Amino acid sequence: MTASREPALRLQGIVKTFPGVRALDGVDFEVMPGEVHALLGENGAGKSTLMKVLAGMYQPDEGQIMIAGHPVQMTTPIEAKAQGVVLIHQELSLVPEMSAAENIYLGELPRKSFGRVDWATLEERANAILKRLKCSFRAEVTVANLSIANQQMVEIARALTVDARVVVFDEPTASLTDAEKVVLFDIINDLKARGVGIVYISHRMDEIFTLSDRITVLRDGAYRGTLTTAVTNEDEVTRLMIGRSLDLSRDEAAPNFGKTMLEVRNLTCPGLFENVSFTVRVGEVVGFYGLVGAGRTEIAEALFGLRKPDSGEIRVDGEAAEITSPRAAIALGISLVPENRKEQGLVLQMNCRDNMTLPQVQALTTGPFVAQGAELAIFDKYRDRLAIKTPSWKQSAAVLSGGNQQKIVIGKWLSMTPRVLIVDEPTRGIDVGSKSEIHQLLRELAAQGYAVIVISSEMPEVLRVSDRIIAMYHGRIMREFDIKDVTEDSLVQAISGISAEAVA
Amino acid sequence: MLLTRLKAGGPAIAKQGILVAFVVFMIAFSLMSDRFLSADNIMSVFRQSAIIGVMALGVTIVVIGGNLDLSVGSMLSFATVLVVDLHDKIGPELAIPVMVLATLCLGAINGFLIGILRLNSLIVTLGMLSVIQGLVLIYSGGQNVDIADQRGTWFAMFGRGAVFGIATPIIIFGTLAVVFHVIMTTMPFGRHVHAVGGNPTASVFSGIPRSRVVFMTYLISALCVAVAAIILGSRVMGSQNNVGQGYELQVLAAVILGGTSLLGGSGSILRTVLGVLMLAFIQNGLILMGQPYYTQWLVTWAVIIIAVWLDVAAKRGRLFSPIA
Repeated sequence: MTASREPALRLQGIVKTFPGVRALDGVDFEVMPGEVHALLGENGAGKSTLMKVLAGMYQPDEGQIMIAGHPVQMTTPIEAKAQGVVLIHQELSLVPEMSAAENIYLGELPRKSFGRVDWATLEERANAILKRLKCSFRAEVTVANLSIANQQMVEIARALTVDARVVVFDEPTASLTDAEKVVLFDIINDLKARGVGIVYISHRMDEIFTLSDRITVLRDGAYRGTLTTAVTNEDEVTRLMIGRSLDLSRDEAAPNFGKTMLEVRNLTCPGLFENVSFTVRVGEVVGFYGLVGAGRTEIAEALFGLRKPDSGEIRVDGEAAEITSPRAAIALGISLVPENRKEQGLVLQMNCRDNMTLPQVQALTTGPFVAQGAELAIFDKYRDRLAIKTPSWKQSAAVLSGGNQQKIVIGKWLSMTPRVLIVDEPTRGIDVGSKSEIHQLLRELAAQGYAVIVISSEMPEVLRVSDRIIAMYHGRIMREFDIKDVTEDSLVQAISGISAEAVA
Repeated sequence: MLLTRLKAGGPAIAKQGILVAFVVFMIAFSLMSDRFLSADNIMSVFRQSAIIGVMALGVTIVVIGGNLDLSVGSMLSFATVLVVDLHDKIGPELAIPVMVLATLCLGAINGFLIGILRLNSLIVTLGMLSVIQGLVLIYSGGQNVDIADQRGTWFAMFGRGAVFGIATPIIIFGTLAVVFHVIMTTMPFGRHVHAVGGNPTASVFSGIPRSRVVFMTYLISALCVAVAAIILGSRVMGSQNNVGQGYELQVLAAVILGGTSLLGGSGSILRTVLGVLMLAFIQNGLILMGQPYYTQWLVTWAVIIIAVWLDVAAKRGRLFSPIA
């Protein structure tokens, strides 16, 4: 596999600095033709910066980029593409109003006379590519109507239109289902067989070990080493990545549950969830597990006053609660860490401190003025407690890594000292280090007497943090498990509706 | 991520684009006209900029909140005609509160349509621009209005008076600028406006009453127009039906020149003041140089384009850029 030919791509001694940050500090990286080379590192380790250098979006301060043995300079993404370097972004860069075919050939639409678009050829070619990718939709569909996973397929299809030497996949599976992942892996193996060099960026160890030939690890902008996948293991990789071993075990005293803090009875919102009843006790973490669209987020939104349920009852600390707005929810002591931190959690251009105190800024006053000292005290407290890495509170939230952004949002809602804390997909798209810190934190919160709801699509996560797991399928609660009695099989059955059909 | 990182490191000179341009213009004009930097001239520019300036303060807050207000010009016509007309009918002590209330009602209509019904602010305020102009014509029957006893009324103090030798319009503009700056930078309401303009969804998820905040920004904008109308009516002691026509664009120009992002979420009252003064000095300088009145429009346009260019260039880290 790793032939003795020239590497398809070689980066040598790449240095890139931003004011106050040495984002890349002499990074070496190479991909051989027909090799899958995984790039690993925590958020903020420099992976994204490195890829932007590779794509011509940033110019390195020092170092050299060689493609097939020739030094090149790439100052724009177009040049990078011309050199055969194609990036498949973590965040999609499609035009939602256009068809899949138009997106695939954007900028290179086939033409007829007088510059008119040759629609027939366009759609024929686009459909051929989609077919190769085993996509179930036609190229004529408007991208906005496709699922996220299918949109990702369009993005991949776009990469296949050029004669790629190197294809970079940046977190490609973040929003894919298992079946779609299988297709993606087939595509990657297909590219590999045709001699394309693949750079694969992901946080998911299992994928990296399935796919890659070699693994390169970055930490704090510096090159930490390259391992051959066949002769290493997860532990070694993790240690290289975060500088220590991860402890996944749960060794805590037997939990001590208190009174029922939240009680939900027959909550119904037609089409989204029906007859949902559950309780959360003080000192308990209740995990909501299910597929995307099972109604978990919608329940959280109803509890937070963002969605009006048709019928049903919510009781907080024994008292019937009418939750008509987020304000009302906050007043009742309910906090929601939403699933999408960039869209729902943060005002990106606002600084870290102001983001953190946003829900309570009206209460944090001396006379008519915001008590900035008190705000800073809150920020400092949660920065230390959650180990948020930011040079200063004045930093805008936009520049932080995903893990640190998530911690700001968690800090924001923890600082409200809620009676019920709801956390929706707390670790989506963040690195293993932050992930394990957040898991640890959720357990600590329960021990301190918080009533916590965790919504997650990741089984290891619910298993790790929950005391009880509620499995949902199609808007209904299928089963409730105590953490002591749960098995992975029964959980999978419950969320895929198998037991429902058996009962019916 | 990319944007903000580069912003911090952008060329320092481009970051302060407007300040640099301001200084360059001041030097150029003072070289070309010896009257330009005289105390008299500076004071008169300050005084003349007060009306646009007061309106620009309100519009800055609307824009930080993520919306536009193009109705302020017509609203100024409305308010000025009303206060001048009522002055002789019910006396200034009643005319002022009646006019302020009526103008606030117009602001409330904007606020209701944009804040509560969540309609597009460009469409709503563009519509209000002509609706209010129509109201003025209906009210006045097409006649211009004026105040009969121009020397005897205490109403004269707002536009013509002075305190410790400083013209009242300057004092009003300065005071309001400080007040709104303090509100926007140190009070919860200011934080809410920034949040709603920066990310409306995240604001709702943080329990901020987004509709109410937007509504309030339009009330503030209308209040500023009412104050501007008092200055204008008092100075002229009369009003044409369309006295405020075109002011909305000058106001918006000053706000943009001050670096307030039209996307919402960021901006500064004090920098808007700078934008207002810069436009006023440019217009004044051109007149002192003997240029015809209308050249100021061309120069103003060029200044805005260059200022905005330098501003985005600082954010991008380079002057020309194929990627955002």
